[in-house]
Amino acid sequence: MRLSLILGALLAGLAVLMAGLSFLWTPGDVLQLDVAAKLQPPSAAHWLGTDHLGRDMMSMIMVGARTSIAVALVAVGIGMGLGVPLGLTAAARPGSWLDEIIMRGNDLIFAFPSLVIAILITAALGPSALNAIIAIGIFNIPVFARVTRGSALPLWTLDYPRAARVAGKGTARISLQHILPNVASVLIVQGTIQFSLGILAEAGLSYVGLGAQPPTPSWGRMLADAQTMISLAPHVAIVPGLAIVLTVLGLNLLGDGLRDALDPRLRGTR
Amino acid sequence: MHRFVLRRMIVLCLSLAVASAAIFGVVELVPGDPASFMLGTGAQPETVAALRDQLGLDLPWALRYAHWLGGVLTGDLGHSFTYKTPVAGMILDRLQVSLPLALIALALSVVIALPVGLFAASRQGRAGDGVTMGITQIGISLPNFWFAMLLVLLFAVRLRLLPAGGFPGWGHPVAALKALILPSIALALPQAAILARVLRSALVETMGQDYIRTARAKGLSRGQALRRHALRNALIPVLTILGMQFSFLLAGAIIIENVFYLPGLGRLIFQAITQRDLIVVQGAVLVLVAAVILVTFLVDLAYAAVDPRLRRK
Repeated sequence: MRLSLILGALLAGLAVLMAGLSFLWTPGDVLQLDVAAKLQPPSAAHWLGTDHLGRDMMSMIMVGARTSIAVALVAVGIGMGLGVPLGLTAAARPGSWLDEIIMRGNDLIFAFPSLVIAILITAALGPSALNAIIAIGIFNIPVFARVTRGSALPLWTLDYPRAARVAGKGTARISLQHILPNVASVLIVQGTIQFSLGILAEAGLSYVGLGAQPPTPSWGRMLADAQTMISLAPHVAIVPGLAIVLTVLGLNLLGDGLRDALDPRLRGTR
Repeated sequence: MHRFVLRRMIVLCLSLAVASAAIFGVVELVPGDPASFMLGTGAQPETVAALRDQLGLDLPWALRYAHWLGGVLTGDLGHSFTYKTPVAGMILDRLQVSLPLALIALALSVVIALPVGLFAASRQGRAGDGVTMGITQIGISLPNFWFAMLLVLLFAVRLRLLPAGGFPGWGHPVAALKALILPSIALALPQAAILARVLRSALVETMGQDYIRTARAKGLSRGQALRRHALRNALIPVLTILGMQFSFLLAGAIIIENVFYLPGLGRLIFQAITQRDLIVVQGAVLVLVAAVILVTFLVDLAYAAVDPRLRRK
């Protein structure tokens, strides 16, 4: 299963590379409208063609990658930053009222249809990339809390946390110094998966107009614009869609590959 | 078992109570005054104030929540600000689209996932397994609204076999069903990919159990053991995912409903948010969340009935 690791790293790396490169160089200007050159198919001048306002699609995809990656990455950061401490705390005192409150709270967030609430939150705070991040990030918290608790729980029954306890370390220090490093591999894998889900969620939110606002290019927004043009110029719908699929696919493969590489026991369980 | 059911019932009621308060709270944050929104930009301040008073918008938060919750418990979700009709009726109307759509999509995803998962598990570690799992990996990565657009391009624009969007109502059953075909395929395929993967890994895990070895030892082929013994035991994780998927399909259709201009529950929520029709948003989201919590509760009970080990947890 090394293949998935390599292929995943290549695809995800390509998206990151495009996003990074877009800060320095893009083939065209994404703010430059040229209606006379609208809906052109891919050519030497415009590698991926032009959209309904004559903007270069390649440049749009590159700058759009920035939006997708930034939103998904920060959303994962929110999820990890809050979810991991919660999960570690719950695992350190299983069955306590603290554990119960944390886990029931997580159940509750899980019960909310994430997309509907994300739409509600972005509507409440106003549509913007930042609010999309918050909306997606909130749903990452219980995921990381649960995964952390689940992986940390069995570790507490082993000898080394007990040894650390005997050496005089407190629960918080044991959690940070001994438990956290041992659940890190699981968290990295989960992080990759949530990253890919975040890209899908961002695309969905900007598709319905609740993500990054024009003129900031985003893949979902490009698809929304393309919807009415699809019969005239299919490439305007196909190109951003492929960008999403390849990036998400890359991250999923990377997650699978990392899991196999980091923890051989889990090989082939998903 | 009674104690287990009672415990779950208490958790169910608590979840519903907290969920309703959370929904009410989030909707409160939506900016914009419904009264001035309803009356338009040229309205006199006195008229707006009078309407606010009539709608009870000036009452304290807790009082309005209690009032709303009291109504909910008697089946009264209030009146839509924009359509002037009972919210409960609007939701029931929209469910006539969303519920069949979710059910067809769910059935479709099971019909696709079952053979795919079985096939991959029976070819575990071989080329067939690898290729099938590769395809499901692509299925998981598909944004369903993009897939929906491609379906429209192929089946509606090019082949002209199916409508590109809209819903004629159940008065025309054949046309109504036709209108739901593309949306349900678009919803079902990514879900089927997830389900197939879960089924495969559950089957692979079950195939390592002792009783499968026993079954093989008494002469069953790998395929027979898979279908007769492993499949039944692998269904528990599959059921969990199915329960989660149903709620996802009911609520997650919101974007697909937008692609196909279907008058479903998701689209109702979306429109109500843009029209600041907060009471509709509250009611519709509450119905969705309550459905999810109820389905989870029922799945939990079903497990406990099937597997006594789970009751003690």
